[in-house]
Amino acid sequence: MGSLAWQRSKGFRVQRLQFHPCGNFNETYEQELTIFETDFGRLCLLGGLLVLFGIIPFLSHAYILYVINIIGIYAIAAIGLNLLIGYTGQISLGHGAFFGVGAYSAAILATKANCPFLIAIPLAGLITAVVGMAFGIPSVRLKHLYLTIATLAGQFILEYVFVQWGGLTGGAEGISIPTATLFGIDLGTDRTFFFVIFICFTVMTWMAVNLIRTRYGRAFIAIRDNDRAAEGMGIPIFFYKLLSFAISSFYAGLAGGLFAYYMISITPEPFNLWLSIEFIAIIIIGGLGSIPGSVFGAIFIITLNEILGHATEFLMNIGASIGLGITIAPLREFVYGLAIILFIIFEPKGLAEVWRIVRSSFRLWPFSY
Amino acid sequence: MEFFLQILINGLSIGFLYALAALGFVMIFKSSSVLNFAHGELMALGAFLFLVLSTWARLPIVLALLLTLIGSFSLGFVIERFFLRPLIGEALIEVIMLTVGLAIMFKGLMLFIFGGDIHSYPEFLPKALAFHWGAVEVPGVYVASFLAGLIFLALFGFFFKYSSQGIYMRSVADNQRAAMSLGVHVRRVFALSWAIAALVCAMSGIVLGIINGINVHEVSSIGLKVFPVVILGGLDSIGGAILGGIIIGLLETFTGGYISTALREVVPYIVLIIILLIKPYGLFGLAEIERV
Repeated sequence: MGSLAWQRSKGFRVQRLQFHPCGNFNETYEQELTIFETDFGRLCLLGGLLVLFGIIPFLSHAYILYVINIIGIYAIAAIGLNLLIGYTGQISLGHGAFFGVGAYSAAILATKANCPFLIAIPLAGLITAVVGMAFGIPSVRLKHLYLTIATLAGQFILEYVFVQWGGLTGGAEGISIPTATLFGIDLGTDRTFFFVIFICFTVMTWMAVNLIRTRYGRAFIAIRDNDRAAEGMGIPIFFYKLLSFAISSFYAGLAGGLFAYYMISITPEPFNLWLSIEFIAIIIIGGLGSIPGSVFGAIFIITLNEILGHATEFLMNIGASIGLGITIAPLREFVYGLAIILFIIFEPKGLAEVWRIVRSSFRLWPFSY
Repeated sequence: MEFFLQILINGLSIGFLYALAALGFVMIFKSSSVLNFAHGELMALGAFLFLVLSTWARLPIVLALLLTLIGSFSLGFVIERFFLRPLIGEALIEVIMLTVGLAIMFKGLMLFIFGGDIHSYPEFLPKALAFHWGAVEVPGVYVASFLAGLIFLALFGFFFKYSSQGIYMRSVADNQRAAMSLGVHVRRVFALSWAIAALVCAMSGIVLGIINGINVHEVSSIGLKVFPVVILGGLDSIGGAILGGIIIGLLETFTGGYISTALREVVPYIVLIIILLIKPYGLFGLAEIERV
């Protein structure tokens, strides 16, 4: 193994500081299941968390902080969706609506039931998990594209409910939510909310990473790889598919709840098919079946969105000053679609794979080939 | 009674339109099992091409129609060659997302060029097509769309039944590997099926444009309505697509007329879920028996 061993003094414990081995020599299952192959990775994580919580919220400009918060919310939902699509292999086109269910549950709990923030958010997740399970029921009999179409129908039905169930959801006007307080701290500012979002994000990522290493996660992967073989090995497929739907919707609902509190007021408009597509785009561009990939994807898509938004605004201002009356806003959609297509054709494993290649080429330097 | 008849006729004509749109969809699915999310955008592209040729370039209608069909036929080829071919054999979700990406790209492009307003064609249909039947009035466009649909159906029926290319396409749909080993050029079949599907899309887009005027958003939402239609009829059945289209069209207009207009947009999807739960392969779809 490529590890350095230091003998502290005579005959005492051998302290091993692990660096990366130059090859993959797993000898036990424990080694294969480890999250961090080396201590260096663990150190990086610690450093990353320190930067995330200690430096970013205090140095960032308010606008940047807003973008980072949105990235955090989307990343939580994307991790959930990746558990469903990337690990269990069940495609859902309804996650935009599930996200909306979470947002609406949190808003309704906050306004109608006076639920405190700490209870409303997990409850929103649970409600969404139940809804997601209900829409996952068709997966008993349906696979692949049939299931995709069923979840597409779920998306439209939920959208209809958001608009039409005026008594509960406030119809097209939506709901405005009072500012949340947590342990007496006002969560109205970007900075305080940053901590809420990213504590949730850290916990949910940690849960997802560990979930995959349990029997549940292995069952998910078995179903994805070959459902008939999985059934043959005694995995109750339907139970695990529903469980996957539930967990994934829980993530979406939790993210939706955070979104509702962060946005202060919600309308049915953002939770449309476009949002579902955006989530899928995130995990495809990030990398299917990769938790860090979902985060990379969220960063990529949200940043792209913001840049395109600013670019169109900028170009429109120029156009207005010259006297050209063209709107360039649709160009944003065009670039967005193009990005999805290019990624699928040229790097189908997504940014996670790009990241891996870059990393290993550094690691193997100067003998990378 | 008059109201009922009017709704019936509206429903039939909308249903026929759905059927026409679903035809292209089934065509792609039958030969390459690709779920095409860019369907509505392909329809809109055809409709706009016709608009450009007929009103902006002021070509005679027949010539414009012919050029549109040729144009969308080649567009189908291009799409297959550059976007779908690299993905042969890839996972389902990637293919689906690719068509979603195409849809977004085309939509952005069309919004950029034509904007989000409704455009309409000049009147060119002969007045004689419209007819009155008692108090019920059937506008000429409906008759025209019905006729266009019938012509296309007959053409495709013959194409699939008798022409060698049609038989190749059916063989590829049935069993790709067997078809390949018997010397069918599978990739050419894929390309051809996309080209034909784009052509059918353009045709249905034009008919839609004549009836309602063309608006990018509206046409692309009709592209999504294709899903309930084809699921109801069976994903790989052309006859099923037509019947499914008509049933969904009737269902929509009757819900809109008698229950509530807001429900109208969702009813197809509710039906879709029910069908998927009860009879997932639709009315005429080929049931692949696979129980897990």
